[in-house]
Parts: sequence; structure tokens; C-alpha cells
Amino acid sequence: MTHQPLPRWADLVVLPIVNLAVALLAAGVMVWLVGQNPLEVITVLVHGAFGTTRGLSYTLYYATTFVFTGLAVAVAFHGGLFNIGGEGQAILGGLGTGLVALWLSATLPAWLMLPLMLLVGALFGMVWAAVPAYLQAYRGSHVVITTIMFNFLASSLLVYLLVNHLKVPGSMAVESAPFADSAKLPSMHTFMGWLGIEWPNSPFNTSVFLAVLAAVAVYFFLWHTRLGYDLRATGSSARAAAYAGINPNHQVMLAMGLSGALAGLVGMNEVAGVNGRLMLEYVSGAGFTGIAVSLMGRSHPFGIVLASILFGALFQGGAEVAFEVRGFSRDMVVMLQGFIVLFSGAMAYVLAPSVAWVVNGLRGNRAPQAVKGAAHG
Amino acid sequence: MLGISKRFGPVQANADVDLTVGRGTVHGIVGENGAGKSTLMSVLYGFYTSDSGSIKVFGQDATIRNAHEAIALGIGMVHQHFMLVETLTALENVMLGAEPHVLLHKAEALVRSRLLELMESTGLRVALDAQVSDLSVGDRQRLEILKALYRGAKVLILDEPTAVLTPQETEQLFGVLALLREQGTTILLITHKLKEVMRLCDRVTVMRAGRVVEEVAIADATIEGLAEAMVGRKVQMGRVGDSEKAPGAVLLQARGIHVRDLMKVVRLHALDIELRAGEIVGIAGVSGNGQSELLEVLSGLLAPVRGSLSVGGRQFEAGAWIDPRTARTLGVAHVPEDRHERAMVMSFAAWESAVLGYEWLPHYCRSGWMLHPEMRKSTADMMERFDVRPRDAQLQCSSFSGGNQQKLVLARELGQAPKVLLVGQPTRGVDIGAIEFIYGQLRAMRDAGCAVLVVSSELDEILALSDRVIVMNQGHVAGELPIDECNENTLGMLMIGGGNANASDRAKAAQVQKVAV
Repeated sequence: MTHQPLPRWADLVVLPIVNLAVALLAAGVMVWLVGQNPLEVITVLVHGAFGTTRGLSYTLYYATTFVFTGLAVAVAFHGGLFNIGGEGQAILGGLGTGLVALWLSATLPAWLMLPLMLLVGALFGMVWAAVPAYLQAYRGSHVVITTIMFNFLASSLLVYLLVNHLKVPGSMAVESAPFADSAKLPSMHTFMGWLGIEWPNSPFNTSVFLAVLAAVAVYFFLWHTRLGYDLRATGSSARAAAYAGINPNHQVMLAMGLSGALAGLVGMNEVAGVNGRLMLEYVSGAGFTGIAVSLMGRSHPFGIVLASILFGALFQGGAEVAFEVRGFSRDMVVMLQGFIVLFSGAMAYVLAPSVAWVVNGLRGNRAPQAVKGAAHG
Repeated sequence: MLGISKRFGPVQANADVDLTVGRGTVHGIVGENGAGKSTLMSVLYGFYTSDSGSIKVFGQDATIRNAHEAIALGIGMVHQHFMLVETLTALENVMLGAEPHVLLHKAEALVRSRLLELMESTGLRVALDAQVSDLSVGDRQRLEILKALYRGAKVLILDEPTAVLTPQETEQLFGVLALLREQGTTILLITHKLKEVMRLCDRVTVMRAGRVVEEVAIADATIEGLAEAMVGRKVQMGRVGDSEKAPGAVLLQARGIHVRDLMKVVRLHALDIELRAGEIVGIAGVSGNGQSELLEVLSGLLAPVRGSLSVGGRQFEAGAWIDPRTARTLGVAHVPEDRHERAMVMSFAAWESAVLGYEWLPHYCRSGWMLHPEMRKSTADMMERFDVRPRDAQLQCSSFSGGNQQKLVLARELGQAPKVLLVGQPTRGVDIGAIEFIYGQLRAMRDAGCAVLVVSSELDEILALSDRVIVMNQGHVAGELPIDECNENTLGMLMIGGGNANASDRAKAAQVQKVAV
């Protein structure tokens, strides 16, 4: 009842850092309890994620996918919807990207092929999200439940298509035939080569530019267009939106459609950028990581980019730790991720009163600025 | 309470406040929003500790650190927003946290017998086995008072108790409070309705900007004097500036409006209404008799099952009803009853909510892009014209006080120079000073040739504003009177369903007259 409000800059910068520090501390205690040296683990992790261009490449490659899924969750969230279906929408997006590549890559040049793959991938993701959206808007089925269901459907659909239709006859591997070269997004190694810069070979590819573009586009969409205004109004207060003459059902369709399209772009990174063919497991949980990314990034594109890099670093650095430190398994890395989601997402505001106390104490009794508008964020 | 001070950051909520309340009296505390009434009561009830000052209860020095200590000292509080568990019965709510026995059925029997005694002696009657969610607002309030008395309250703090009550319920409440006073209970009444203070209180303390500006016995007080003390200047609350011109052309006409809610209950029944240029039509009635639905139907938020509407040169029939955006394009502006739920997006900055409903206007939006500088500039103009404080367009809507939120909403709706203006509860939760200003703006709209419809549950407001009054009862028009024939008596008669035909029903009329005061 007597809480002082947190200044906005502290809410956006100090609090996440404090939460992250607490998560690392808790994870450190766990590492110490199983008889490892926390300092060694964190050193290996940070070095593995950022210490070499190769490590950095992997970090950013993971981050690219998380930006897409994180943005997907955030757009739906601003529309007042909790889209748990990023996983399934990303699978469908990859499927769309791959199918059109298998079909046309032999005949179309890259400059036509790649945009087409992007569009079809986004479209597949959008359509996959539009079904739960329709059920929510016009039939009242809760979108959380239906999107979870649709994750299972998407995963089964992919397996079915790969095993029964797309698999190369006679091959043991459950994967499609490789695409022609025109359907492969240039890797960073190739791209930097064009610029005359030496860059190691890694899955890191030019879809990272698409991710940055998507983040900027989402920002402008949400805060600078009328559609974004209507979407946020509906998400914040459905009754006020109705009063303003905004049709809430349309907003549900719009939010989920865009959300699905963004998740569908994962296909550009994984299918067009790395695999060059359709195979199983190209999403492998990134849709769910997107929820954590969006929570931690406070549903703001800029925060999502930062949170994606953090999670990318955890994936990459975690893999290095599991490889380098004896007795430290991959599961310990999952534990660390769990702590970060716990402290930065689910318990994001638990520490807020203490932080506010410290911050306001440091600023003395200077007039605390009234809470500045939430317009940008 | 002596020399109470409380500061929140830069805000001095209470400055050296003295308050002495005699045992067995009703003491009113009045003041505008933010004058420090609630803070003072929160200090007394233990929600806040004061920065300085002391409290004596029944002559004893007391430190009150939390609500438990307040209750132990015999202080009970009835909050404006009730603190009841809706899924439990009335009896269980009273017992909650004060169970006299480990076995629940024994505890219930004990509480029940004690409560029955209390109900007998105070006249506060509540169905003890009804679930709270099924109780009316008045019942819930009685239950809250019972709960406080059950816990041994000798001092009862009531925070804006009548804000949510119908006139009849208010009347009942005052009867109970008078009885409690006779039995020796001390009552602190926080309110901004001066009529109620004059009726019930023995003494009254006026607060402004955290300080006590006046404390008088009720015999020496007048409504005008108290209002002036509250606001700090002379205020004109009554009826001023009758329309000089006769009403002009019909701007909105609705015929045979029939509305059923989700439970298939009829809310509006074959209702006809006509709004003319240069006229304020007041809709009076006990809350829940279809006034809200009427506003929603006319503004396009709710489609009737039958009926037709003609406005702005267009004709709408049930089945193809007007929608809110079309209504706006036809010059129908709507200030909704529920500011928090409808009129603003509370998490938006002021400059974003200030275009809500008009965000598609070319002035604010060009080929899909919102024009932020124009939106900010318009908001600054609105704030200037309607004296919205603080004048900070960046501030989040929820940070403004109720009165300033309402002024911003009015500024937005009036700023589009509407032909028809629909206003629900124009001054609910608004300070006296702002009320005067809002009335002035509504009259100015009328004088400019706008057709204004005002729905209000405050009879005084209807009488102060309207040129013509329509009284609604159970979804019907119970009667329609020109303002010259309106007084609390004639309107109250119609409100409870008595038509002109049985105006001779003296008993009813007398009762209603009391209600309306």
C-alpha cells in the first residue's frame, strides 16, 4: 500500500539487470552445490558465447530465431492475447518456406525465390494462427488452449508429411531432398566474404537482418500506426475499444495473424538459412523460449532483441560449458535458463519494491517524477 | 487526533490536522478529492502511520500500526469498495477471521445468535445465508456495517457510503445511522455530498489541500458556506442560465426501442425519444431502470432487437443498427457513464486516450500513420481549454484524478462540435469546482445548438441542467415533464413507478420526497 512507484528508467534498465543478477546468483549456488566452481562455469559460458567470432556467430544465430518468436508473443500480448502457439506457427512457417522451395527452387532465381519463401512462410504461420484466432473471436474458445493444441497438430503434420510424402525414397534420414541453391539464404560467412571480411563458417546467416527489420517494423506498427493503436487499445481495455468503435473480433484476428506470421519467419533462419532442406526439429522449443524472451523484453521490440541475445548466449555458452566443464551436463544449462525465466519473467516484480526503495533512497527526497507515459513502451 | 501530518514524497497529504469527535455523535468530514480526507482516515485505521502527531481514543493515547490494532480499539471502517468475499455467505463473511470456535458449525451458531441480536437492535437486516454475490449493493453495505459492529466497533468510519446507493437505500442507511448514534456509536462520515452532511451530522470538518479549513456545528453551517470552504471560492451549484431560445429541429429520433439483455430480461420496452437542437433533456430514474441501455443504444454500442433511429439524415433499423464510429461521423458524441471502463484506456498516455474514438480523423491519422505531434498538440489544447490538471499530456491516464479524467473526456467529445451529445453521469466522482465548470460547458453546448441528453442518478443534477425531463422506470418512459413542472416530488413519484394518474397517493409521495432530499 505504501510502495513508491519505480522511475521508468529503473523499471526498464535497473530492474531487469537486478533480476538477471539474482538469477545468476541462484544458479551459481546450484552449481556450487553439485560441486562445481560457479566462477569457472560463468567464465566458460561468457567466453563461449561472446569470446570468439565463431561463438558470437552461434549466439546471434540462436538469437535470430528468438527475435521472431519473441516478437510473435509480444504482438499478440499487446492485443490482449497470450499466444502459446509460436512453436506450431514456426513449424508451419518452416513448412511453407520449405514446400515452396522444394516446388520452385529448381526453376526460379534467388531474387524471386527467397522473397517468395519468406511470404509463403509468413502466410503459413498466419493461417495456422488464424484458426485459433477465429475460434477465440467468434466461438469463444480460449486461445491459450487452442494454440497449445495446435502445437501438437503442427508437429504431427510435419512428421506425417516428411515420413509419407517428402522423404527421399530409399533414404534412412527423415528429411526432404535438398533445395536448389536459389533457395538458400546466404550465410554470414558468404555475406561478409562479399564485403571482404573474414568470418568463420557457422549457421549464422543473413536472416538476422530480417529479424532486425521485423523488430523495427513491429515497433512502428504498434506505436505509430492506427492499426497498432487500435490493437493496443483493444488489448488494454476491450470495453474502451468497443466504445471507440473498434471491432474487438477484428483485432483478435489481426493480432494473432501478425503473431503467426512473425513466428513463421523462423523458417527463413532455420530452413532457408541453415538446413537447406526440410527436416524434423528445426524449431525445437524456440516457440516456447519466445514467451520467456517476450516476458523479459517487456513486450517491447528493443527489449526483445536484447533478451534474444541473452538467450542466444545461454544456448551457445551453455553448449560450450557442457562440452568443456567435466561433469556439467546440458541439463544444468536448462536449470540456469529456468532460473532466468523465473526471476525475469514470472517473478519480475518481486524485487521491484526493494529496488524502488534503494533507487528512491539514492535520489533522496527529490521530487519523484510522476510516472511518465507508457506511450513507448 | 492532534497535529497529524503525513507526507508522500512532495505531496503534503495532511498538514497539522486536528480532529476531535465527540462520543455518540455523527461527524462529517468533507473536502474535494485529494483534500486529505482518506489519508486522515487511513492514519486512524492504521493503513498509514503519520509522520507526526498523536491519536487519542476514548481519552487514551493510542498507537495504531495496523487494522487489527484499530479494531481492538473499537474502530471499524466501511470502505467505499466493499471488502467482502463474494462466494461466501453473509454469515461466513462476518465470521471470517474472527471465528469464535474451532468447529465451524458451532462457530456459525454462535455468530448467528450474536448477529440476530445485533440486527434486532440496530435494524440492519441482511439475509445471513445468502451468498454475497446475490446481495444488492445496499445489502452489502449493511453487511459491512454489521461486520464492523460485530467486531465491537464503537467508532464507525464510513467512506463515501452513499456513492453507490439508490435514494431509497440512502434513506434506509441514514435511518440506521441515526439509530446507531442514539445507541452511543460514534460515526465519522466522509463524503462530498453536502446535503447529506446537513441532514445527518452533528458537526462537520472541512478539509482543503491537507489542512482543516473549518470546523463547525451543523446548526451554524450552510451548504453554500461549506461549499465555499471546500473549494476556496464562491461556487454556483444550482440552476443558472435557462435556455433563451425555444428548442429547434429534431436532431435525433428513436422509435419503439426494445432491448433484451443476455439473460433475456427486457431492459428497454418500446421506448420513444426525441432530442431537439438547443435543448438539454435529462433522464431521471433509479439506477438500473434502462438508462444505461438507452445511452448504449443511441451511441451504437448496443443493438436493440426492435426499433428504429433517425439521426444526421440517416435512418437505422434494428438488425442494421448504427455503430459507434458511424455515430461519430454523424455528429453524435458520447461521454460514457463509466469513465474507467469505457471512456479512456487507462494504461495509455493522456495524448493517446485524448483521440480515442477519433483516431481515424485525418487530423490525427494520415494513410494509416498516427500523427504524434498533432495528437500531442490537440491534447495540450484540450487540457488548456478544460483546465485539466496537471497539464502533462505524457502522463498516464490512470494518474489523473477522476475529475480531470472526466474533463479530458468532455474536452475530447465536445471538441468535435457534435450535433448530438449523449452524457452519462457527467459529474460522478467529480469535485464541486469541476462540477460547476462541467455544467457550464454542457449549457454552452446547448446554447450553441447542440441536442444534449444527460443521464444522471443525481436528481439535483437533472434539475440543475435539464430543459425537459424524462423519467424512466423498468425500461419504460414513466413520464415526461417540462422543467417548470419538475421538482423532487413530481420526479420522485414517477421514478418509483407512480404515474400522474395516482398522484393522490399521499403516502408514497411523502416517502419519495424524503428519499429525494
